[in-house]
Amino acid sequence: MLNDITLGQYFPVDSVVHRLDPRTKLVLLIMYIVAVFLVKELWVFPIVIACMLIFTVLSRVPLSYVLKAVKPMRWLLPIMFIINLFMIHTGTILFEWKFLKITTGGIEQAFFIVLRLVTLVTGTSLLTLTTTPISLTEGMESMMSPLKVVRFPAHEIAMMMTIALRFIPTLLEEADKIMKAQLARGADLESGNIFKRAKAMIPILIPLFVNSFRRADDLALAMESRCYHGGEGRTRLRVLRFAWRDLWAVLVMSALIAAIVLIQRFVSFAPLHAWFLGLLV
Amino acid sequence: MPIVLEKLTYTYQNGSINAFTALNDIDLTINDGEFVGLIGHTGSGKSTLIQHLNGLMQPTSGKVYVDGIDMSDKKVRKLGRQRIGMAFQYPDYQLFAETVAKDIAFGPKNMGLTDEEVDRRVREAMRIVGLNETVFADKSPFELSGGEKRRAALAGIIAMYPKYLVLDEPMAGLDPSGRRGVLETIERFREELNSTVIMVSHSMDDVAKSAERVIVLQDGRIYRDGAPADVFCDAEELNRLGLDAPFAARLAAELRRRGCNVPSDIYTNEALACFIEHLVKGEV
Repeated sequence: MLNDITLGQYFPVDSVVHRLDPRTKLVLLIMYIVAVFLVKELWVFPIVIACMLIFTVLSRVPLSYVLKAVKPMRWLLPIMFIINLFMIHTGTILFEWKFLKITTGGIEQAFFIVLRLVTLVTGTSLLTLTTTPISLTEGMESMMSPLKVVRFPAHEIAMMMTIALRFIPTLLEEADKIMKAQLARGADLESGNIFKRAKAMIPILIPLFVNSFRRADDLALAMESRCYHGGEGRTRLRVLRFAWRDLWAVLVMSALIAAIVLIQRFVSFAPLHAWFLGLLV
Repeated sequence: MPIVLEKLTYTYQNGSINAFTALNDIDLTINDGEFVGLIGHTGSGKSTLIQHLNGLMQPTSGKVYVDGIDMSDKKVRKLGRQRIGMAFQYPDYQLFAETVAKDIAFGPKNMGLTDEEVDRRVREAMRIVGLNETVFADKSPFELSGGEKRRAALAGIIAMYPKYLVLDEPMAGLDPSGRRGVLETIERFREELNSTVIMVSHSMDDVAKSAERVIVLQDGRIYRDGAPADVFCDAEELNRLGLDAPFAARLAAELRRRGCNVPSDIYTNEALACFIEHLVKGEV
Protein backbone atom coordinates (compact mmCIF):
# COMPACT_ATOMS: atom_id res chain seq x y z
CA MET A 1 0.00 0.00 0.00
CA LEU A 2 2.64 2.50 1.03
CA ASN A 3 5.76 1.12 -0.58
CA ASP A 4 6.06 3.42 -3.58
CA ILE A 5 7.81 6.21 -1.70
CA THR A 6 11.35 6.84 -2.98
CA LEU A 7 12.55 8.76 0.05
CA GLY A 8 16.12 7.77 0.85
CA GLN A 9 16.04 4.77 -1.44
CA TYR A 10 19.65 3.80 -1.46
CA PHE A 11 20.67 1.81 -4.54
CA PRO A 12 23.18 -0.73 -3.27
CA VAL A 13 25.96 -1.10 -5.84
CA ASP A 14 29.64 -0.29 -5.55
CA SER A 15 30.85 2.60 -7.68
CA VAL A 16 33.15 5.61 -7.67
CA VAL A 17 30.23 7.85 -6.82
CA HIS A 18 29.11 5.60 -3.97
CA ARG A 19 32.62 5.67 -2.53
CA LEU A 20 32.90 9.46 -2.57
CA ASP A 21 33.03 11.06 0.85
CA PRO A 22 29.51 12.09 1.90
CA ARG A 23 30.80 15.59 2.65
CA THR A 24 32.10 15.83 -0.90
CA LYS A 25 28.77 14.73 -2.24
CA LEU A 26 26.95 17.33 -0.18
CA VAL A 27 29.30 20.02 -1.50
CA LEU A 28 28.86 18.67 -5.03
CA LEU A 29 25.10 18.87 -4.67
CA ILE A 30 25.29 22.48 -3.50
CA MET A 31 27.61 23.33 -6.41
CA TYR A 32 25.29 21.53 -8.79
CA ILE A 33 22.27 23.48 -7.53
CA VAL A 34 24.24 26.73 -7.92
CA ALA A 35 25.14 25.64 -11.45
CA VAL A 36 21.49 24.93 -12.31
CA PHE A 37 20.44 28.35 -11.05
CA LEU A 38 23.28 30.05 -12.91
CA VAL A 39 21.81 28.84 -16.19
CA LYS A 40 19.96 31.71 -17.84
CA GLU A 41 19.64 30.29 -21.35
CA LEU A 42 17.62 27.23 -22.35
CA TRP A 43 20.42 26.23 -24.73
CA VAL A 44 22.96 25.86 -21.91
CA PHE A 45 20.99 23.07 -20.23
CA PRO A 46 22.54 20.29 -22.37
CA ILE A 47 25.81 20.90 -20.48
CA VAL A 48 24.09 20.46 -17.12
CA ILE A 49 22.29 17.36 -18.35
CA ALA A 50 25.55 15.94 -19.71
CA CYS A 51 27.20 16.48 -16.34
CA MET A 52 24.26 14.77 -14.59
CA LEU A 53 24.52 11.85 -17.02
CA ILE A 54 28.26 11.50 -16.44
CA PHE A 55 27.70 11.15 -12.70
CA THR A 56 24.78 8.77 -13.28
CA VAL A 57 26.86 6.51 -15.53
CA LEU A 58 29.76 6.58 -13.04
CA SER A 59 27.38 5.69 -10.20
CA ARG A 60 26.11 2.58 -12.05
CA VAL A 61 22.56 3.43 -10.95
CA PRO A 62 20.14 2.78 -13.84
CA LEU A 63 18.91 6.03 -15.34
CA SER A 64 15.32 4.86 -14.88
CA TYR A 65 15.85 4.85 -11.10
CA VAL A 66 17.18 8.39 -11.17
CA LEU A 67 14.27 9.55 -13.30
CA LYS A 68 11.79 7.98 -10.89
CA ALA A 69 12.32 11.04 -8.71
CA VAL A 70 10.40 13.06 -11.30
CA LYS A 71 7.27 10.94 -10.83
CA PRO A 72 5.88 12.87 -7.84
CA MET A 73 6.00 16.00 -10.04
CA ARG A 74 3.89 14.50 -12.82
CA TRP A 75 1.13 17.02 -12.08
CA LEU A 76 3.32 19.99 -11.22
CA LEU A 77 5.43 19.83 -14.37
CA PRO A 78 2.60 20.08 -16.95
CA ILE A 79 0.98 22.88 -14.92
CA MET A 80 4.24 24.83 -14.79
CA PHE A 81 4.73 24.22 -18.49
CA ILE A 82 1.27 25.47 -19.45
CA ILE A 83 1.39 28.52 -17.17
CA ASN A 84 4.74 29.61 -18.60
CA LEU A 85 3.62 28.84 -22.12
CA PHE A 86 0.71 31.27 -21.92
CA MET A 87 1.98 33.88 -19.45
CA ILE A 88 5.31 34.81 -21.02
CA HIS A 89 4.88 37.21 -23.89
CA THR A 90 8.30 37.87 -25.37
CA GLY A 91 9.67 37.23 -28.84
CA THR A 92 7.55 36.49 -31.88
CA ILE A 93 3.86 35.73 -31.50
CA LEU A 94 3.06 32.34 -32.97
CA PHE A 95 -0.56 31.87 -32.01
CA GLU A 96 -3.24 34.19 -30.71
CA TRP A 97 -6.83 33.50 -29.66
CA LYS A 98 -8.74 36.02 -27.52
CA PHE A 99 -6.57 36.53 -24.42
CA LEU A 100 -4.36 33.46 -25.06
CA LYS A 101 -1.03 34.08 -26.69
CA ILE A 102 1.85 31.72 -27.43
CA THR A 103 5.20 33.28 -28.19
CA THR A 104 8.64 31.86 -28.94
CA GLY A 105 9.80 33.33 -25.63
CA GLY A 106 6.97 31.53 -23.87
CA ILE A 107 7.90 28.19 -25.40
CA GLU A 108 11.54 28.64 -24.42
CA GLN A 109 10.60 29.69 -20.90
CA ALA A 110 8.22 26.73 -20.48
CA PHE A 111 10.94 24.24 -21.44
CA PHE A 112 13.42 26.17 -19.33
CA ILE A 113 11.36 25.87 -16.13
CA VAL A 114 10.62 22.18 -16.68
CA LEU A 115 14.28 21.40 -17.34
CA ARG A 116 15.36 23.36 -14.29
CA LEU A 117 12.99 21.40 -12.03
CA VAL A 118 13.89 18.04 -13.57
CA THR A 119 17.65 18.60 -13.33
CA LEU A 120 17.35 19.80 -9.73
CA VAL A 121 15.28 16.83 -8.62
CA THR A 122 17.28 14.18 -10.45
CA GLY A 123 20.56 15.59 -9.12
CA THR A 124 19.25 15.47 -5.57
CA SER A 125 17.91 11.97 -6.00
CA LEU A 126 21.29 10.84 -7.33
CA LEU A 127 22.74 11.88 -3.98
CA THR A 128 20.24 9.84 -1.97
CA LEU A 129 20.53 6.90 -4.36
CA THR A 130 24.29 6.70 -3.91
CA THR A 131 24.61 7.62 -0.24
CA THR A 132 23.15 5.73 2.70
CA PRO A 133 21.12 7.95 5.02
CA ILE A 134 23.54 7.12 7.81
CA SER A 135 26.63 8.30 5.99
CA LEU A 136 24.71 11.34 4.82
CA THR A 137 23.99 12.38 8.39
CA GLU A 138 27.59 11.58 9.32
CA GLY A 139 28.69 13.95 6.60
CA MET A 140 26.29 16.63 7.78
CA GLU A 141 27.44 16.28 11.36
CA SER A 142 31.04 16.62 10.30
CA MET A 143 30.26 19.68 8.20
CA MET A 144 28.28 21.33 10.97
CA SER A 145 30.77 20.55 13.71
CA PRO A 146 32.69 23.87 13.38
CA LEU A 147 29.45 25.51 14.53
CA LYS A 148 29.83 23.75 17.89
CA VAL A 149 31.95 26.73 18.91
CA VAL A 150 28.78 28.82 18.96
CA ARG A 151 26.96 26.04 20.87
CA PHE A 152 25.19 24.72 17.82
CA PRO A 153 24.07 21.13 18.71
CA ALA A 154 25.55 19.48 15.60
CA HIS A 155 25.81 16.00 17.09
CA GLU A 156 22.31 16.06 18.57
CA ILE A 157 20.78 17.21 15.29
CA ALA A 158 22.65 14.52 13.38
CA MET A 159 21.54 11.88 15.90
CA MET A 160 17.92 13.01 15.63
CA MET A 161 18.11 12.82 11.85
CA THR A 162 19.68 9.37 11.98
CA ILE A 163 16.95 8.10 14.27
CA ALA A 164 14.19 9.72 12.22
CA LEU A 165 15.54 8.23 9.00
CA ARG A 166 16.01 4.86 10.61
CA PHE A 167 12.38 4.74 11.68
CA ILE A 168 10.71 5.95 8.51
CA PRO A 169 10.46 2.43 7.02
CA THR A 170 9.38 1.05 10.39
CA LEU A 171 6.63 3.64 10.67
CA LEU A 172 5.46 3.02 7.11
CA GLU A 173 5.29 -0.69 7.75
CA GLU A 174 3.44 -0.13 10.98
CA ALA A 175 0.99 2.31 9.39
CA ASP A 176 0.33 -0.33 6.75
CA LYS A 177 -0.41 -2.97 9.37
CA ILE A 178 -2.66 -0.66 11.37
CA MET A 179 -4.56 0.29 8.24
CA LYS A 180 -5.10 -3.36 7.48
CA ALA A 181 -6.24 -4.11 11.01
CA GLN A 182 -8.82 -1.31 10.88
CA LEU A 183 -9.91 -2.13 7.34
CA ALA A 184 -10.55 -5.66 8.55
CA ARG A 185 -12.90 -4.16 11.13
CA GLY A 186 -14.79 -2.41 8.38
CA ALA A 187 -13.12 1.01 8.57
CA ASP A 188 -13.91 3.05 5.48
CA LEU A 189 -10.91 5.13 4.47
CA GLU A 190 -11.74 5.87 0.88
CA SER A 191 -15.20 7.37 0.64
CA GLY A 192 -16.86 10.51 1.94
CA ASN A 193 -15.82 14.15 1.93
CA ILE A 194 -12.56 15.47 3.31
CA PHE A 195 -13.86 15.86 6.89
CA LYS A 196 -15.25 12.35 6.94
CA ARG A 197 -11.97 11.01 5.64
CA ALA A 198 -9.96 12.97 8.20
CA LYS A 199 -12.17 11.51 10.92
CA ALA A 200 -11.64 8.04 9.49
CA MET A 201 -7.90 8.50 10.01
CA ILE A 202 -8.30 8.67 13.81
CA PRO A 203 -8.33 4.89 14.34
CA ILE A 204 -5.07 4.75 12.40
CA LEU A 205 -3.26 7.74 13.85
CA ILE A 206 -3.91 6.94 17.51
CA PRO A 207 -2.28 3.49 17.51
CA LEU A 208 0.53 4.90 15.37
CA PHE A 209 1.25 7.68 17.88
CA VAL A 210 0.87 5.47 20.94
CA ASN A 211 3.28 2.91 19.47
CA SER A 212 5.75 5.60 18.43
CA PHE A 213 5.89 7.12 21.90
CA ARG A 214 6.35 3.71 23.42
CA ARG A 215 9.11 2.93 20.95
CA ALA A 216 10.84 6.26 21.60
CA ASP A 217 10.79 5.44 25.30
CA ASP A 218 12.28 2.00 24.71
CA LEU A 219 14.92 3.41 22.40
CA ALA A 220 15.96 6.08 24.92
CA LEU A 221 16.28 3.40 27.58
CA ALA A 222 18.30 1.14 25.29
CA MET A 223 20.63 4.02 24.40
CA GLU A 224 21.13 5.07 28.01
CA SER A 225 21.79 1.51 29.10
CA ARG A 226 24.66 1.54 26.61
CA CYS A 227 26.02 4.71 28.23
CA TYR A 228 25.00 7.15 25.52
CA HIS A 229 25.37 10.67 26.84
CA GLY A 230 25.54 12.91 23.79
CA GLY A 231 28.38 13.58 21.40
CA GLU A 232 31.09 14.56 23.86
CA GLY A 233 34.13 12.31 23.68
CA ARG A 234 32.37 9.97 21.27
CA THR A 235 34.56 8.34 18.64
CA ARG A 236 33.54 6.72 15.38
CA LEU A 237 34.01 3.26 13.99
CA ARG A 238 34.39 4.63 10.48
CA VAL A 239 36.28 7.89 10.27
CA LEU A 240 35.53 10.00 7.19
CA ARG A 241 38.60 10.68 5.06
CA PHE A 242 38.95 12.52 1.78
CA ALA A 243 40.55 10.70 -1.16
CA TRP A 244 41.85 11.85 -4.53
CA ARG A 245 38.56 11.01 -6.20
CA ASP A 246 36.86 13.62 -4.01
CA LEU A 247 39.15 16.28 -5.44
CA TRP A 248 38.49 15.11 -8.99
CA ALA A 249 34.74 15.21 -8.47
CA VAL A 250 34.88 18.75 -7.14
CA LEU A 251 37.06 19.76 -10.09
CA VAL A 252 34.55 18.33 -12.56
CA MET A 253 31.74 20.23 -10.89
CA SER A 254 33.83 23.43 -10.82
CA ALA A 255 34.44 22.98 -14.52
CA LEU A 256 30.69 22.77 -15.06
CA ILE A 257 30.10 26.04 -13.23
CA ALA A 258 32.97 27.72 -15.06
CA ALA A 259 31.68 26.45 -18.40
CA ILE A 260 28.20 27.80 -17.72
CA VAL A 261 29.47 31.21 -16.65
CA LEU A 262 31.93 31.53 -19.53
CA ILE A 263 29.56 30.34 -22.25
CA GLN A 264 26.81 32.69 -21.13
CA ARG A 265 29.31 35.53 -20.97
CA PHE A 266 31.06 35.12 -24.29
CA VAL A 267 28.92 33.04 -26.63
CA SER A 268 26.10 34.68 -28.55
CA PHE A 269 22.85 32.78 -28.63
CA ALA A 270 21.30 34.89 -31.40
CA PRO A 271 21.84 32.26 -34.14
CA LEU A 272 20.23 29.59 -31.96
CA HIS A 273 17.22 31.78 -31.28
CA ALA A 274 16.91 32.49 -35.00
CA TRP A 275 17.16 28.80 -35.81
CA PHE A 276 14.52 27.97 -33.18
CA LEU A 277 12.17 30.62 -34.57
CA GLY A 278 12.70 29.23 -38.06
CA LEU A 279 11.83 25.79 -36.75
CA LEU A 280 8.51 26.95 -35.32
CA VAL A 281 7.22 29.31 -37.97
CA MET B 1 -20.52 -22.17 1.38
CA PRO B 2 -16.80 -22.41 1.83
CA ILE B 3 -13.72 -20.29 1.20
CA VAL B 4 -12.15 -21.27 -2.11
CA LEU B 5 -8.69 -20.29 -3.35
CA GLU B 6 -8.00 -20.97 -7.02
CA LYS B 7 -4.46 -21.01 -8.34
CA LEU B 8 -3.56 -18.19 -5.99
CA THR B 9 -0.18 -16.61 -6.70
CA TYR B 10 1.24 -13.51 -5.08
CA THR B 11 4.53 -11.85 -5.95
CA TYR B 12 5.96 -9.02 -3.87
CA GLN B 13 7.38 -6.12 -5.91
CA ASN B 14 6.30 -7.82 -9.08
CA GLY B 15 8.50 -6.87 -12.03
CA SER B 16 11.37 -5.40 -10.01
CA ILE B 17 14.76 -6.94 -9.29
CA ASN B 18 13.59 -7.69 -5.76
CA ALA B 19 10.55 -9.64 -6.93
CA PHE B 20 9.70 -12.42 -4.52
CA THR B 21 6.96 -14.98 -5.00
CA ALA B 22 5.40 -15.52 -1.59
CA LEU B 23 2.52 -17.70 -2.74
CA ASN B 24 2.79 -20.08 -5.62
CA ASP B 25 -0.24 -21.59 -7.33
CA ILE B 26 -2.27 -22.40 -4.25
CA ASP B 27 -5.51 -24.35 -4.56
CA LEU B 28 -7.36 -24.64 -1.29
CA THR B 29 -10.90 -25.10 -0.01
CA ILE B 30 -11.79 -24.38 3.59
CA ASN B 31 -15.11 -25.91 4.51
CA ASP B 32 -17.69 -24.48 6.87
CA GLY B 33 -17.19 -25.28 10.52
CA GLU B 34 -13.60 -26.44 10.20
CA PHE B 35 -10.86 -25.49 12.65
CA VAL B 36 -7.80 -25.15 10.47
CA GLY B 37 -4.28 -24.73 11.80
CA LEU B 38 -1.93 -23.07 9.34
CA ILE B 39 1.72 -23.70 10.06
CA GLY B 40 5.04 -23.07 8.34
CA HIS B 41 8.29 -21.39 9.27
CA THR B 42 8.90 -17.65 9.00
CA GLY B 43 8.61 -16.47 5.40
CA SER B 44 6.63 -19.46 4.19
CA GLY B 45 3.73 -17.25 3.14
CA LYS B 46 1.24 -17.76 5.98
CA SER B 47 0.57 -14.10 6.65
CA THR B 48 0.36 -13.31 2.95
CA LEU B 49 -2.13 -16.13 2.49
CA ILE B 50 -4.52 -15.04 5.21
CA GLN B 51 -4.45 -11.42 4.08
CA HIS B 52 -5.84 -12.59 0.77
CA LEU B 53 -8.81 -14.17 2.51
CA ASN B 54 -10.46 -10.83 3.25
CA GLY B 55 -9.15 -8.91 0.28
CA LEU B 56 -6.54 -6.86 2.14
CA MET B 57 -4.13 -8.14 -0.46
CA GLN B 58 -5.04 -8.83 -4.05
CA PRO B 59 -3.57 -11.86 -5.82
CA THR B 60 -1.06 -11.37 -8.61
CA SER B 61 -2.96 -14.12 -10.36
CA GLY B 62 -5.70 -16.51 -9.31
CA LYS B 63 -8.94 -15.98 -7.44
CA VAL B 64 -10.28 -15.90 -3.92
CA TYR B 65 -13.95 -16.67 -3.28
CA VAL B 66 -15.62 -16.25 0.09
CA ASP B 67 -19.07 -17.82 0.06
CA GLY B 68 -18.95 -17.43 -3.70
CA ILE B 69 -18.06 -13.71 -3.50
CA ASP B 70 -15.15 -12.80 -5.73
CA MET B 71 -12.83 -10.82 -3.45
CA SER B 72 -11.10 -9.08 -6.34
CA ASP B 73 -14.39 -7.34 -7.21
CA LYS B 74 -14.32 -3.97 -5.44
CA LYS B 75 -18.09 -3.64 -5.37
CA VAL B 76 -18.79 -6.79 -3.41
CA ARG B 77 -15.52 -7.08 -1.51
CA LYS B 78 -17.01 -5.32 1.50
CA LEU B 79 -19.69 -8.00 1.83
CA GLY B 80 -17.05 -10.72 1.86
CA ARG B 81 -14.90 -8.78 4.28
CA GLN B 82 -17.76 -8.61 6.79
CA ARG B 83 -17.94 -12.38 6.90
CA ILE B 84 -14.28 -12.72 7.74
CA GLY B 85 -13.04 -11.55 11.10
CA MET B 86 -9.33 -11.03 11.07
CA ALA B 87 -7.32 -10.77 14.26
CA PHE B 88 -3.76 -9.62 13.82
CA GLN B 89 -0.80 -10.59 15.90
CA TYR B 90 -0.38 -7.34 17.79
CA PRO B 91 -3.40 -5.81 19.53
CA ASP B 92 -1.49 -2.50 19.62
CA TYR B 93 -2.24 -2.16 15.92
CA GLN B 94 -5.95 -1.93 16.41
CA LEU B 95 -6.82 -0.58 19.86
CA PHE B 96 -7.48 3.14 19.63
CA ALA B 97 -10.68 4.27 21.40
CA GLU B 98 -10.98 5.88 24.84
CA THR B 99 -12.61 2.85 26.38
CA VAL B 100 -12.52 -0.87 25.77
CA ALA B 101 -16.27 -0.93 25.08
CA LYS B 102 -16.01 1.81 22.45
CA ASP B 103 -13.12 0.01 20.81
CA ILE B 104 -15.05 -3.24 20.60
CA ALA B 105 -17.99 -1.30 19.14
CA PHE B 106 -15.91 0.04 16.25
CA GLY B 107 -16.40 -2.99 14.00
CA PRO B 108 -20.15 -3.51 14.59
CA LYS B 109 -20.73 0.25 14.12
CA ASN B 110 -18.96 0.14 10.78
CA MET B 111 -21.38 -2.60 9.78
CA GLY B 112 -24.21 -0.11 10.24
CA LEU B 113 -26.01 -1.91 13.07
CA THR B 114 -28.39 -0.14 15.44
CA ASP B 115 -27.08 1.21 18.73
CA GLU B 116 -28.93 -1.43 20.76
CA GLU B 117 -27.57 -4.24 18.62
CA VAL B 118 -24.04 -2.84 18.86
CA ASP B 119 -24.40 -2.58 22.63
CA ARG B 120 -25.69 -6.12 22.90
CA ARG B 121 -22.84 -7.48 20.78
CA VAL B 122 -20.21 -5.59 22.76
CA ARG B 123 -21.48 -7.17 25.98
CA GLU B 124 -21.71 -10.58 24.34
CA ALA B 125 -18.17 -10.32 22.95
CA MET B 126 -16.76 -9.25 26.32
CA ARG B 127 -18.41 -12.24 27.93
CA ILE B 128 -17.00 -14.63 25.31
CA VAL B 129 -13.42 -13.36 25.68
CA GLY B 130 -13.80 -13.35 29.45
CA LEU B 131 -13.37 -9.65 30.15
CA ASN B 132 -15.59 -8.67 33.04
CA GLU B 133 -17.86 -5.89 31.83
CA THR B 134 -18.05 -3.90 35.06
CA VAL B 135 -14.27 -3.88 35.38
CA PHE B 136 -13.17 -3.37 31.81
CA ALA B 137 -15.91 -1.65 29.83
CA ASP B 138 -14.88 1.89 30.81
CA LYS B 139 -11.16 1.24 31.12
CA SER B 140 -8.74 2.69 28.56
CA PRO B 141 -7.41 -0.08 26.30
CA PHE B 142 -3.92 1.27 26.86
CA GLU B 143 -4.06 0.42 30.58
CA LEU B 144 -4.60 -3.29 30.00
CA SER B 145 -2.03 -6.06 30.41
CA GLY B 146 -0.73 -7.95 27.36
CA GLY B 147 -3.20 -10.82 27.66
CA GLU B 148 -6.13 -8.50 28.36
CA LYS B 149 -5.24 -6.34 25.35
CA ARG B 150 -5.17 -9.42 23.17
CA ARG B 151 -8.59 -10.46 24.41
CA ALA B 152 -10.00 -6.95 23.98
CA ALA B 153 -8.73 -6.90 20.40
CA LEU B 154 -10.25 -10.32 19.82
CA ALA B 155 -13.56 -9.09 21.25
CA GLY B 156 -13.50 -6.29 18.69
CA ILE B 157 -13.44 -8.93 15.96
CA ILE B 158 -15.87 -11.33 17.62
CA ALA B 159 -18.46 -8.56 18.05
CA MET B 160 -18.76 -8.51 14.26
CA TYR B 161 -20.04 -12.11 14.45
CA PRO B 162 -17.80 -13.24 11.59
CA LYS B 163 -18.64 -16.46 9.87
CA TYR B 164 -14.94 -17.11 9.51
CA LEU B 165 -12.43 -16.14 12.15
CA VAL B 166 -8.86 -15.74 10.94
CA LEU B 167 -6.19 -15.48 13.62
CA ASP B 168 -2.58 -14.52 12.99
CA GLU B 169 -0.43 -15.82 15.83
CA PRO B 170 -3.12 -15.09 18.40
CA MET B 171 -1.00 -16.28 21.30
CA ALA B 172 2.50 -15.08 20.43
CA GLY B 173 4.28 -13.40 23.30
CA LEU B 174 1.76 -14.31 25.99
CA ASP B 175 2.45 -16.10 29.26
CA PRO B 176 0.88 -19.57 29.74
CA SER B 177 -2.23 -18.27 31.47
CA GLY B 178 -2.68 -15.65 28.75
CA ARG B 179 -2.33 -18.35 26.10
CA ARG B 180 -4.88 -20.53 27.80
CA GLY B 181 -7.28 -17.58 28.07
CA VAL B 182 -7.04 -16.80 24.37
CA LEU B 183 -7.34 -20.42 23.29
CA GLU B 184 -10.40 -20.90 25.51
CA THR B 185 -11.88 -17.74 24.00
CA ILE B 186 -11.44 -19.10 20.50
CA GLU B 187 -13.02 -22.40 21.41
CA ARG B 188 -15.96 -20.75 23.21
CA PHE B 189 -16.51 -18.44 20.26
CA ARG B 190 -16.51 -21.35 17.87
CA GLU B 191 -19.02 -23.32 19.89
CA GLU B 192 -21.41 -20.43 20.37
CA LEU B 193 -21.36 -18.94 16.88
CA ASN B 194 -20.66 -22.08 14.92
CA SER B 195 -17.88 -20.41 12.97
CA THR B 196 -14.98 -21.59 10.92
CA VAL B 197 -11.60 -20.82 12.46
CA ILE B 198 -8.30 -20.48 10.64
CA MET B 199 -5.39 -20.10 12.99
CA VAL B 200 -1.81 -19.30 12.06
CA SER B 201 0.55 -20.35 14.79
CA HIS B 202 4.14 -21.19 15.54
CA SER B 203 3.12 -23.20 18.53
CA MET B 204 2.52 -26.76 17.43
CA ASP B 205 1.11 -27.60 20.83
CA ASP B 206 -1.63 -25.01 20.43
CA VAL B 207 -2.42 -26.25 16.94
CA ALA B 208 -2.44 -29.86 18.11
CA LYS B 209 -4.79 -28.99 20.95
CA SER B 210 -7.53 -27.46 18.85
CA ALA B 211 -7.14 -27.85 15.08
CA GLU B 212 -9.05 -30.50 13.13
CA ARG B 213 -7.11 -29.94 9.97
CA VAL B 214 -3.50 -28.87 9.62
CA ILE B 215 -2.03 -27.16 6.56
CA VAL B 216 1.74 -26.87 6.23
CA LEU B 217 3.06 -24.12 3.99
CA GLN B 218 6.56 -24.34 2.61
CA ASP B 219 8.06 -21.75 0.24
CA GLY B 220 4.65 -20.48 -0.81
CA ARG B 221 3.21 -23.90 -1.61
CA ILE B 222 0.97 -26.26 0.32
CA TYR B 223 3.31 -28.93 1.54
CA ARG B 224 0.94 -30.96 3.65
CA ASP B 225 -2.80 -30.80 4.20
CA GLY B 226 -4.52 -33.28 6.41
CA ALA B 227 -5.65 -34.43 9.83
CA PRO B 228 -3.31 -33.47 12.68
CA ALA B 229 -2.49 -37.12 13.31
CA ASP B 230 -1.20 -37.54 9.74
CA VAL B 231 0.81 -34.33 9.73
CA PHE B 232 2.27 -34.58 13.21
CA CYS B 233 3.22 -38.26 13.18
CA ASP B 234 6.34 -37.57 11.15
CA ALA B 235 8.38 -35.47 13.56
CA GLU B 236 11.54 -35.82 11.51
CA GLU B 237 9.99 -34.36 8.39
CA LEU B 238 8.59 -31.40 10.31
CA ASN B 239 12.03 -30.87 11.77
CA ARG B 240 13.51 -30.74 8.31
CA LEU B 241 11.07 -27.94 7.41
CA GLY B 242 12.29 -25.93 10.37
CA LEU B 243 9.19 -26.77 12.39
CA ASP B 244 8.68 -28.69 15.57
CA ALA B 245 6.23 -31.48 16.14
CA PRO B 246 4.05 -30.97 19.21
CA PHE B 247 5.70 -32.02 22.45
CA ALA B 248 3.46 -35.10 22.81
CA ALA B 249 4.17 -36.23 19.24
CA ARG B 250 7.90 -35.97 19.84
CA LEU B 251 7.63 -37.89 23.08
CA ALA B 252 5.51 -40.54 21.36
CA ALA B 253 8.10 -40.85 18.57
CA GLU B 254 10.84 -41.27 21.14
CA LEU B 255 8.83 -43.94 22.98
CA ARG B 256 8.22 -45.73 19.70
CA ARG B 257 11.95 -45.63 18.95
CA ARG B 258 12.57 -47.33 22.27
CA GLY B 259 10.16 -50.10 21.44
CA CYS B 260 6.92 -48.94 23.00
CA ASN B 261 3.99 -49.36 20.65
CA VAL B 262 2.32 -45.90 20.76
CA PRO B 263 -0.49 -45.49 18.19
CA SER B 264 0.31 -42.92 15.51
CA ASP B 265 -2.85 -40.87 16.13
CA ILE B 266 -1.58 -39.65 19.49
CA TYR B 267 -0.26 -36.10 19.28
CA THR B 268 -1.80 -34.20 22.19
CA ASN B 269 -0.63 -34.14 25.78
CA GLU B 270 -4.03 -35.36 27.00
CA ALA B 271 -4.18 -38.36 24.68
CA LEU B 272 -0.60 -39.37 25.44
CA ALA B 273 -1.13 -39.03 29.18
CA CYS B 274 -4.24 -41.17 28.89
CA PHE B 275 -2.33 -43.78 26.86
CA ILE B 276 0.56 -43.89 29.34
CA GLU B 277 -1.87 -44.23 32.22
CA HIS B 278 -3.44 -47.24 30.53
CA LEU B 279 0.00 -48.60 29.73
CA VAL B 280 1.15 -48.35 33.33
CA LYS B 281 -2.03 -50.04 34.52
CA GLY B 282 -1.31 -52.76 31.99
CA GLU B 283 -4.52 -52.25 30.03
CA VAL B 284 -2.94 -51.91 26.58
